[in-house]
Amino acid sequence: MALPDKRGHFGPFGGRYVPETLMPALFELEEAYRRFKRDRTFKKELDFYLKTYVGRPTPLYPARKLAATLGGHLKIYLKREDLTHTGAHKINNTLGQVLLAQKMGKKRIIAETGAGQHGVATATAAALVGLECVVYMGAKDTVRQEMNVFRMELLGAKVVPVYSGTQTLKDAINEAIRDWVTNVETTHYVIGSVVGPHPYPMMVRDFQSVIGRETRRQILKSEGRLPDILIACVGGGSNAMGFFFPFVNDQSVQMIGVEAAGAGLDTDKHSATLTVGEPGVLHGMLTYLLQDQVGQIKGAHSVAPGLDYPGVGPEHAFFKETGRATYVAVDDQEALAAFRLLSETEGIIPALESAHAVAYLVKIAPKLPPNTIVVVNLSGRGDKDVAAVREYLKGKGDA
Amino acid sequence: MRNGAQAVEEAIRKANERGEAALIPFIEGADPSLEVTAELLWALEEAGADVIELGFPFSDPLADGPTIQEAAQRALKNRPTLSDFLAMVENLRRKGFKTPIVIMGYLNPFYRFGLENFAKQAQKAGLNGAIIPDLPLEEAKPWLKIAHRYQLAAVMLAAPTTPPERLARIAQNSSGFLYYVSVTGITGARNKLPEDLALKLDLARELSPVPVGVGFGISRPEQVAHLANFADAIVVGSAIVKIIAAHLKKPASLVKAVRDFVVELKAATKR
Ligand SMILES: Cc1ncc(COP(=O)(O)O)c(C=O)c1O
Repeated sequence: MALPDKRGHFGPFGGRYVPETLMPALFELEEAYRRFKRDRTFKKELDFYLKTYVGRPTPLYPARKLAATLGGHLKIYLKREDLTHTGAHKINNTLGQVLLAQKMGKKRIIAETGAGQHGVATATAAALVGLECVVYMGAKDTVRQEMNVFRMELLGAKVVPVYSGTQTLKDAINEAIRDWVTNVETTHYVIGSVVGPHPYPMMVRDFQSVIGRETRRQILKSEGRLPDILIACVGGGSNAMGFFFPFVNDQSVQMIGVEAAGAGLDTDKHSATLTVGEPGVLHGMLTYLLQDQVGQIKGAHSVAPGLDYPGVGPEHAFFKETGRATYVAVDDQEALAAFRLLSETEGIIPALESAHAVAYLVKIAPKLPPNTIVVVNLSGRGDKDVAAVREYLKGKGDA
Repeated sequence: MRNGAQAVEEAIRKANERGEAALIPFIEGADPSLEVTAELLWALEEAGADVIELGFPFSDPLADGPTIQEAAQRALKNRPTLSDFLAMVENLRRKGFKTPIVIMGYLNPFYRFGLENFAKQAQKAGLNGAIIPDLPLEEAKPWLKIAHRYQLAAVMLAAPTTPPERLARIAQNSSGFLYYVSVTGITGARNKLPEDLALKLDLARELSPVPVGVGFGISRPEQVAHLANFADAIVVGSAIVKIIAAHLKKPASLVKAVRDFVVELKAATKR
């Protein structure tokens, strides 16, 4: 059973809930994507850039010191997406989409960004391919993530602050969709995660699946068997889906997605969409959402800016429903502790997003049987977060 | 019970028989309050609206321009619910309000309420139908079935990017009228409408078994007068919402200002 179905549904989830103006563009995009996916030259070109520009394959690193710290009974591996160009897995997707847009004859690239990571990755790919690039970013985020705004500008992109709604990621997506509705004939919208209307969740998953394919090959080589557990953080869900997907049919492999519990699940300040949200429709998809009693969308919160989204990819909603993957949440404190732990034990400063995945491993490690093979997807590096973490620790009188 | 969808279509046809295009003014419900909305609805009826489009505010109105986004933000401060909207409509009907009303809103609040539950209560309240801009044909099957069962207008949208054969399919599934989006873009008053709009409307009317209403960007009586020759119905939204926004500090004159503008628009619908 290959999912999604023809109309982009993963069971009841997914679909194309967009204004009619965009429907023909979604058909066109899907058709082009299916065509180029099979095209040898396109594949070669993408592979060339993934290898020579992004730095793939990324290493699968046996984190022995972390394993020793956690009791010494586990085999822990880190998939090093933090070592890619621009410092996170986002580039796997943006490069694929921007190359596709170029082949489709589009002249202009737009994107949304929250923390700025996807915006930077899109601006990078657009600079490489030579297309005009506009990035929408919540006005509040442009202040919080000033350096990334500058980075995007250095890369030749125009950053447009969004003042509507909560002035964060979800509003930046609204504004990007409004731009796309207006300029659909010349413009390709590069969505940053496995979210949005079909074909995006499928296409972004496929572009990110390079993570899981490499991991599978690498772990078979080093351990001679498949891993027992995969752990990844889930914002929109792209690093997790790209990591999980090549293992979907390996029933022995347990998959765990880690959401942000922020200040706590009993507060209003979290991003644990799958853990405590309910199904609804936003940004073109039917999926789990953070929403109130009457269906208005709530704001999300996490110390990790990239997890701060009140929706989640529809295929994750489907995995939750079918039980193929499990979804849990760790809070800001636990993530910050893991951020420090990995820095101190392995000399790797993880992105705060990725620190959520590490934190969950720390939590369950004592309960896991000896010789369990666990692979954690380290979706990005923490350079972008050090200033914020310093402020945070200062506030706690801890640094 | 009165057939909600049929009432919408008949109101448009009757205007056409009088030698006019039907006028469909839009207001965002609960902006600035649900009480004012009720007053505005009476004013729209008096001003000669043939059908009324009543917006239900949503936190993420991704097909709307700044004017309606801001109206939604103001309205959301009142924490509006669909139940409140339905109760208001029921109350108006009890007092003899005649003009057909279709609610316009993004899918999630309806989905959350339950589509079937909504349709049942809408019929009971005397609401005539719904326009759901983020529910395109491919996802609309369940809603179309439910709307049909409760005799509500399920008004579908077509856009300049919609190819003719697809437009025909959308129109066949639309009830009340077909909403033709005039521009490739979001809602909001525009000075200029696309040059080929008249041609596109001719084609849409040829392909559609239900009346064709045109909306998005229409803001002035001159535009209405021009389009009256090419469309069965004309929707004016942002231009009215702007008047409301401009009168927030002088509520005494708000309703009159809207009524006067709609009277002017209605006069322009004469062919
Ligand atoms: C390093 C990193 N990890 C994870 C995420 C979350 O996105 P996703 O869940 O789509 O992988 C982001 C988003 O900005 C990120 O920058």
